[in-house]
Amino acid sequence: MGWRVLPGGGMSVWRWVGWLVGLMGVMVLSGCGVVSGERAVDFVMLRDGHVRAALPGVVLLGLNCGLLGTLLIARRLTMLGDTLSHAVLPGIAAGFLWTMTKHPGALLIGALVTGVLSSLVTGWILGSTRLKADAAQSVVLTVFFAAGIVMIKLLPDGSKAGLDRFLYGQAAALDAGETVLLAVAAALSVVVIWWGYRGFLVLAFDPGYGRAAGLPVKGLHLLQMFLTTLAVVVSMQAVGVILVAGLLVIPGATAWLFSARLHRVLVLAALLGMAAAVMGTFLSFAGDGMAMGPTLVLCAGVMFGGAFLLSPRYGMARRMVSVMRHGRRVRREDGLKAVYRVLEGRGFSGAGFGLEECGQSEGMMRSLERRGMVRAVAAGGWELTESGFGEAARVVRNHRLWELYLTRRAGFAEDHVHDAAEEMEHLLAEENIEHLMGVLGHPERDPHGRRIPRSGDTIETSAARHE
Amino acid sequence: METNSDREPPAFECHDVSVSYDRKPVLYGIDVSVPGGSLCGIVGPNGAGKSTLIKAAMGLLPVEGGWVRMFGRPLDEVRPRVAYVPQRTSVDWDFPVNVMDVVLMGCGGKAGLWRRPTAADRELARESLEMVQMLPYADRQISQLSGGQQQRVFLARALAQRADLYFMDEPFTGVDAATERAIVTLLEGLRAKGGTIVAVHHDLTTAPEYFDRVILLNMRLVAAGPVEEVFTAELLQKTYGGRLTVLSELALRAQEARARRGV
Ligand SMILES: Nc1ncnc2c1ncn2[C@@H]1O[C@H](COP(=O)(O)OP(=O)(O)OP(=O)(O)O)[C@@H](O)[C@H]1O
Ligand SMILES: [Mg+2]
Repeated sequence: MGWRVLPGGGMSVWRWVGWLVGLMGVMVLSGCGVVSGERAVDFVMLRDGHVRAALPGVVLLGLNCGLLGTLLIARRLTMLGDTLSHAVLPGIAAGFLWTMTKHPGALLIGALVTGVLSSLVTGWILGSTRLKADAAQSVVLTVFFAAGIVMIKLLPDGSKAGLDRFLYGQAAALDAGETVLLAVAAALSVVVIWWGYRGFLVLAFDPGYGRAAGLPVKGLHLLQMFLTTLAVVVSMQAVGVILVAGLLVIPGATAWLFSARLHRVLVLAALLGMAAAVMGTFLSFAGDGMAMGPTLVLCAGVMFGGAFLLSPRYGMARRMVSVMRHGRRVRREDGLKAVYRVLEGRGFSGAGFGLEECGQSEGMMRSLERRGMVRAVAAGGWELTESGFGEAARVVRNHRLWELYLTRRAGFAEDHVHDAAEEMEHLLAEENIEHLMGVLGHPERDPHGRRIPRSGDTIETSAARHE
Repeated sequence: METNSDREPPAFECHDVSVSYDRKPVLYGIDVSVPGGSLCGIVGPNGAGKSTLIKAAMGLLPVEGGWVRMFGRPLDEVRPRVAYVPQRTSVDWDFPVNVMDVVLMGCGGKAGLWRRPTAADRELARESLEMVQMLPYADRQISQLSGGQQQRVFLARALAQRADLYFMDEPFTGVDAATERAIVTLLEGLRAKGGTIVAVHHDLTTAPEYFDRVILLNMRLVAAGPVEEVFTAELLQKTYGGRLTVLSELALRAQEARARRGV
């Protein structure tokens, strides 16, 4: 998908890419820590034939699952991923019993049939009872899976061994034919979602409205179910039936943390799915053929964890940092304000002041000094610099203007506005100030009769206007 | 835009419509006809089937027997001319879209549900948002809207359809008095241009003032027609089954409304 057609891509796209690269870097580094550097180099250079054969297929799988999983999340159908991934098992066993070989074609067809069957049965239960989706899907999931296990138990002993890889996956088993299948499934999803994006958006947000406006809701739903079943079925060779659900849901859920517009979530989920695929293949390769399913899902899980901590929208780390930064800025601005009050009390006769009269600490002064707001003068005294005075005047102006706004415009009593202004003075931007100034008719004094500083005030102009 | 002549088929007409949920009948044999260019309220107690009637009209619920026509034709043939404002609580307001995205869903009718929005679509969406005074919120995430703002966004989405017939399920719930007034003015403007609005309304005190026709519903049709004829104490009593103690007062209001209209 091209960014240019997505409205409002712009800056935030680069921010995402930054996050993504960072996440992958962390994962590559931790991967290299686990295995020898030599193997990592082998992997990156694609020196191993198995990796060369497996990687394209797995990446396409990640792309496909990322896209379709996002649509499932949007429609609150994520349980469907679990249901499908378990419901294909009896199909695999049946395909096996039918041909008595591990012929991939037979197994795929069997899996596709029971996968589709499971979503039809679920839909049928939903349509004719009052059960909700989660209950209906749990019933179908467990019954189909149990049937699959019983059928596998019935297989002759010798052939059971090979079925392991359908449960847990093995990318080394991917051959050219399977890669083509994965490519076809991924291409189908990309084309359908590209073409029908807005239809899926309406279907997910407000299906009732969509139907009323003539959207073929049933058709879109069936299309989505078919694509998802197909994705699960073609993925099972590589990642196994059990954990495909994780690959469907985790990239989408991760992307969900980064953006609040569905089209961006979709694109990011596809990218994350591909990234998880690369990392999972690497770990599986480095771990000497460790099963693909678990490694892929673990990588996706690490991504989710990283996003949970780092996401610009919901990330814990970001929140903590910004709270801390804001807190420090508030303390600095409060310090400047205290100094301003002291100078104001002396009619702005000079910029010098002592720490005690302002109730400020040495540490605060050092912090302000680093920002060029104050400078030390002889005998332990301090004085405001020109920019320090401007900044102090700005904060005081915000405070007094907001108090005035609250009393004049919002009907607050005079003795109720101080605390609110303490908070707002640090938050008002220049355009808010202009707006307030205009609304209040460029006032001179606050509700308590103190003069409101103007932008561009210096200590000299303030002194001149001080009566 | 249609004119309201005698020859014109009614904007909305249903004949002997019955609807059931799980074989439990909810509406029995409803006959309604709403001429073009009217503001029609659907009034009735909770569970009367008001939402059900609208959903059945929009083809969202199967109709058992009877038929529904819009402008004399089946809905499928005139879909672009009919807009639907669902009850606000029918969607998940945490969904990752912004206000503009929602309103754009209404642009361009059925074709607009597939193609990417054009500049004209965006302009139309902005105009519609302006009509409900929500333009400043165009880029807002919908999860950050208040209930009344959500309602106005839904209204804007329907307005963007530039339809001739609007079905609205409780457009005034959660809307403050000033906004309610503004919306009524807006609806009157639509009517003046020949549009027809059918809206579920709960507030009996304002119903005779806002609407020129009402449909009184309680699982079956109690009465339907011009406010002056239908919005009477006796028929309301029948609709609400004597549960209303303020009926006499309401009858008085209806009389006043009649007087204002010079009937
Ligand atoms: N999905 C449903 N399944 C089963 N019964 C339903 C369903 N929706 C509504 N009903 C029943 O149909 C009847 C009419 O419901 P409807 O929602 O049309 O009422 P309403 O007039 O819109 O009420 P309200 O004023 O509360 O919105 C009610 O008795 C309700 O219990
Ligand atoms: Mg209702």
